[in-house]
Amino acid sequence: MSRLAATFEELSKTGRKALIPFVTAGDPRPDFTLPLMHAMVEAGADVIELGVPFSDPMADGPVIQRASERALDHKMSLRRTLAIAAEFRKTNQQTPVVLMGYVNPIEAMGYEDFANAAQRAEIDGVLTVDLPPEEADECVALLKARGIDPIFLLAPNSTDERIKKMDAAGSGYLYYVSLKGVTGAGHLNTADVETKLNQIRASTHLPVAIGFGVKDAQTAKTVANLGDGVVIGSALISKIEANQDDPERAKREIVELLGAMRQAIDS
Amino acid sequence: MTEKYNMPDERGHFGPYGGMFVAETLIPPIQELNAAYQQYLNDPEFIAELDADLKYYVGRPSPLYHAERWSRELGGAQIYLKREDLNHTGAHKINNTIGQALLAKRMGKTRIIAETGAGQHGVATATVAARLGLECVVYMGAVDVARQSLNVYRMKLLGAKVVAVESGSKTLKDALNEALRDWVTNVDNTFYIIGTVAGPHPYPAMVRDFQAIIGREAKQQCQDQTGRLPDALVACVGGGSNAIGLFYPFIDDSSVKMIGVEAAGDGIETGRHSAPLCAGRPGVLHGNRTYLMEDDDGEIVETHSISAGLDYPGVGPEHAWLKDTGRAEYVNITDTEALEGFHALTRMEGIIPALESSHAMAYTMKLAPTMKKDEIIIVCLSGRGDKDMQTMAQREGIEL
Ligand SMILES: Cc1ncc(COP(=O)(O)O)c(C=O)c1O
Repeated sequence: MSRLAATFEELSKTGRKALIPFVTAGDPRPDFTLPLMHAMVEAGADVIELGVPFSDPMADGPVIQRASERALDHKMSLRRTLAIAAEFRKTNQQTPVVLMGYVNPIEAMGYEDFANAAQRAEIDGVLTVDLPPEEADECVALLKARGIDPIFLLAPNSTDERIKKMDAAGSGYLYYVSLKGVTGAGHLNTADVETKLNQIRASTHLPVAIGFGVKDAQTAKTVANLGDGVVIGSALISKIEANQDDPERAKREIVELLGAMRQAIDS
Repeated sequence: MTEKYNMPDERGHFGPYGGMFVAETLIPPIQELNAAYQQYLNDPEFIAELDADLKYYVGRPSPLYHAERWSRELGGAQIYLKREDLNHTGAHKINNTIGQALLAKRMGKTRIIAETGAGQHGVATATVAARLGLECVVYMGAVDVARQSLNVYRMKLLGAKVVAVESGSKTLKDALNEALRDWVTNVDNTFYIIGTVAGPHPYPAMVRDFQAIIGREAKQQCQDQTGRLPDALVACVGGGSNAIGLFYPFIDDSSVKMIGVEAAGDGIETGRHSAPLCAGRPGVLHGNRTYLMEDDDGEIVETHSISAGLDYPGVGPEHAWLKDTGRAEYVNITDTEALEGFHALTRMEGIIPALESSHAMAYTMKLAPTMKKDEIIIVCLSGRGDKDMQTMAQREGIEL
C-alpha cells in the first residue's frame, strides 16, 4: 500500500482528518525548507505538499507567486526540490510528501527521468496543476508503475463525468479546489463545499482533501470535517513573507498556526 | 502533399503540440467555448454577421499592393504587401477580436478580458467591446504599459480598464498569466479573448480560422492580379496569428514556400531574443505544448525584442508542427535589421510599418534579391507603425 493510502486509512480508522500544509520549496531560502518540513510534522501535519517553484504560476494568487519568485531568486528548481524531499525521507519514513507544481519543469526533465528521480527521492504523490487527465496518460502510467500516486484537482464546476475521470486516473487522494479562483483568494463558502462534496463522494471512494481559501483554525476544522483532509497554503506562506529576515520566527508562527488547526480539527 | 491538411485533431493536438494544459476550473469554460465555436463555425447567420462586420466595420478586403518601386530597387522577386495595416485599429488583430466578440455575445457573456503586448490586441479588443457595450479589462505587463503608452491611452478612451501587471518579467507572458487568473476567478460571466494562436485548445485553431481571411483574400487577389499563386509567403511571428492567417489557406499548395520571421532581438547568440522556434525547445506554457524559451530547469526565461508584439517566449503550437514537418521555415531578424526594414518600406513606398511587421520587411529584403524577377513574394504587413513613433524617436535620440 502506498504511504498516502496507508496514512488516510490510519486516519479514517481513528476518525481523524488529514492536516496538509503546502509550502514552496526554497522559500525564502533553500536551507529553510527541510527544517520547516520536520517542524510541520511535529506540529501535526499528516501529509506535506511541497511546491515546486515555476516562473509562470498561472493558477496561483500573489502570495504563492511571490514565494515562487523568492525561491527562483535562489535558483531553486525541480531537481533541488527532489533533493530536499530525499533528505527529509532519511529521517522521516512516515509522512507522505506530495510534489505540487506545473508541468513544464517536468517536461524539461523528461517524464521518465522525472518519474525515476521522484521514485529515488521516495516522493509519494505528484500533483500537476496544468496537467488534466486528458493530457496525463504518459505521466500517470510512469508514476503509477513506480508506486507514486498521481493527484488530480476537482473544482466547483467539475461535472460528474469529470469526477469519474479523476477517480479513474488519480490515486492517493483527490484535491478539491474549494472556490473558483486562484490560491489565496477570498473566503470559501462552506455550504457550497458541503453540497459539492456530496456530489463528489457519489462518484469516488478516494479520500478528498479540500484546499484554497482556508486561513484560520475554525475554517480548517469546518472544511476538514466536510472531507478527509484540509490543505493550508497561502496562510502559511504569508508567515514566511512577513518574516523573510527572521526565518526562525516564520517557522515558529507556522508551527503555532498549524498547531491551532490541529487542535481545532481534532476537537 | 496528397492528403489534405487537417489539423488539429479533435483534442486540439498538432502532432505532439497544442492540447489543453489548464487547471481544472478552466476545463468547463473551455469545453463550453469549444462547443459554441464548433456550432457557430458553420452557422450561416453567424458567418453572415461576421462577414458584414469585416466588410463594413473593419474595412475588408484589405488590398494586396504591388510594391513596385521596392521590388525594382531590390532587383529580385515581385513583392506584394497584404495591407492589414489598413484595417480599422491598424493591425490584423481585429479580424480575431471581431470573431471572438460575436461568439461572446452569442454565449451570453457580459464581460471581456484580454492580454496585450504591443497594445494592438488590447485596442482591438477594447474597440469591439465598446461597440457591443461589454465590460472590458485588458492585462498588460508594466514594462509594455510604459513603452506603448499611446495604446494604453487609446484603450482607456475606448472604455477599457487597463491593468498593469507587475509580476514576473512584466511583459506579455505575465499579462497572459494574469488574464488566466482573472478567467479562473470569473468564469461564469467572462469571455477571454486571446490575441494570438496560443493558449489551450480551441484557441489556436479558432484564432487561426478567424485570421485565415488574410490568406483567403491574398490567394484570390494574387490570382486576380497576377494569374498565379505566389512563390513565397513571409510574415512575422510573435504568437503567430498573422503568419498562420496568411499561411493556412496555402498549406496544401506545396509550391508555395512559407517563411515565418521571429525576433532575434540583440542576436540569437546573445540569448537576448524572442525566437523560440529558431532557438528554443518544446515545453508547456499557457495551455499548450510548443517551442519555448526556457532554461535547463524548465523555467521560462526573459525575452527581448524592440517590438513588444513579438516579445513572447512561446509560439502557436501549429507553427511548432509546421516547423517539425518542414512545411514552413522559420528565420530570425535582429532589432537592427528590423529597423532597416522599417526605414526601407517607409522611404521606398511611403508606408510606415509596425515594428513587428518590420521584421517581415527586413527578411524580404534578404529574400527578394535571391529570387527571379518573375517570382512573387506576399508579405504580411500586419500593422501600421503609428504606435511605434515614440520607440523610434527615442531610439534615434529625437525628442517629440
Ligand atoms: C502589428 C503586429 N504584428 C504582429 C504581431 C504579433 O502577433 P502575431 O504573431 O500573433 O501575429 C503584433 C502583436 O501585437 C502586432 O501588433
